[in-house]
Amino acid sequence: MSNLLEMYSVSVAYEDNIALQDVDFIVNESDFIGVIGPNGGGKTTLLKVILGLIKPIKGKIIFNSKLIDGNSIGYLPQISTGDVNYPVTVTDVILSGMMIRKKIISRMSASDKNKTKEIIEELGLSGMERSSLNELSGGQLQRVFLGRAIIGDPKLLLLDEPGNFVDSTFENDFYEKLRVLNKRMAILMVSHDIGIISSHVRSYACVNKKLHFHPSSEISNEQLLAYGCPIQLITHGEVPHTVLKSHS
Amino acid sequence: MEGNIFQYEFVIKGLLGAIFASITAGLAGTYIVSRRMVFLSGGITHASFGGIGIGYFFGFNPVVGAAIFGILSALGVEYLSVKQKIREDSAIGILWAFGMAVGIIFIYLTPGYSPNLMSYLFGSILTVTNADIIALGIMSLVLIFYFSAFYRTILYISFDESFARTYSSYVDVFKYITTALVALTIVLNIRMAGVVLVLSLLTIPPNIALIFTRVYSKVIFGSILSGFIGTAAGYIISYFAEIPVGATIIFTLVVIWVIAKATYVIVRALRK
Repeated sequence: MSNLLEMYSVSVAYEDNIALQDVDFIVNESDFIGVIGPNGGGKTTLLKVILGLIKPIKGKIIFNSKLIDGNSIGYLPQISTGDVNYPVTVTDVILSGMMIRKKIISRMSASDKNKTKEIIEELGLSGMERSSLNELSGGQLQRVFLGRAIIGDPKLLLLDEPGNFVDSTFENDFYEKLRVLNKRMAILMVSHDIGIISSHVRSYACVNKKLHFHPSSEISNEQLLAYGCPIQLITHGEVPHTVLKSHS
Repeated sequence: MEGNIFQYEFVIKGLLGAIFASITAGLAGTYIVSRRMVFLSGGITHASFGGIGIGYFFGFNPVVGAAIFGILSALGVEYLSVKQKIREDSAIGILWAFGMAVGIIFIYLTPGYSPNLMSYLFGSILTVTNADIIALGIMSLVLIFYFSAFYRTILYISFDESFARTYSSYVDVFKYITTALVALTIVLNIRMAGVVLVLSLLTIPPNIALIFTRVYSKVIFGSILSGFIGTAAGYIISYFAEIPVGATIIFTLVVIWVIAKATYVIVRALRK
């Protein structure tokens, strides 16, 4: 098992505001890490640094060669970026994920076509190949964007708040899908809702300017407090209940 | 017979003009309508009037002046809104009026009467030269080549720019090239429909096509087809009714759009 990604004392700032400070973080090939923390704590910033959309002001990021040679990083952004009224089909959107490999796409090759077909079947979107996005439900839309993120066979998949758009009927399906995908790629999933993800992730990265890695799927309020990571925590018990943590 | 030759030329010019206008406007129009750039395109159109005025004043081809103004303003707005964080709609609004002001000042300063001014504002096939038709023909070829060579790249970048930016370092290059081509398309079509009306030549046909399909390539073909029908019908009607051609084309296109929309709504209601 080798490291896909190593970050050493990485700091990121937006003008004068420090968003991430001295972050050390290592992602393994088979990781499924929940990235949690308060709003504005730097969760999305962490993903953007990994994607190379933001340059750190300090520190070092080492990518495994598997992430660089074409098999880049799959990314499921917070869903609002694409316009659902755009005249584009499900097939088009999923295929656009091939940009991970090819920087300029002109025509769809036969292998691209097959790959798209496989993904559409795998995600249960058969019959919707020619549908436009505004005909889909929230859950279906989510799967289309997931398809776009994974068609290039990434070794690392970044998910930004995937829970936002998942309807409850599709929720279990979606996380089950991620579990299957985790066999062939590492997953980093940002969520503000630790209750939903706690039964799926294997470890946590608590991000609130600093990053604390928690190498287990069990996490307690005391540990979150110690990490300086005040978030809403729904504990697993006989009766689900919400514990609200104040900012420390 | 001189009258016949004149009529023959008029028909050929009108036909070629209609074909090339609908090809260029269909391709560029699908891009701007999908990407919600209609207002930006309006700004480009009116800014280019400044170039027309300067062309008049200094005695060079006003279309060249318009092309320079159009492309610079298009790239300027894209650049300013990305790099300088200026509100895009405000930047467009300022540019829109500034171009018109520059145009009016220079045309006013030009000695003598400007007989073609009205044709730039409202378009006229009578003042369209062979060079204009050839320029539109070349523009059609350039756009057909560009869109077929980079179809998916253009589609993906304009659908979800921030996602494309994650993977491709060519996003800005394609954005600027496409926007410049849109500006050129608008300027070359000003001779046909005029500064005031040309934008509708780009925006109405894609909206007709979008009633029937959500597939990008079909929207392009539908735009070209409906644009051609509207333009050709507009010519014929304007010829026999002796009314201005630019306005007649736009009027015809809107009528087609209304009929298409109504048909679609009625057919859908009947199916239920």
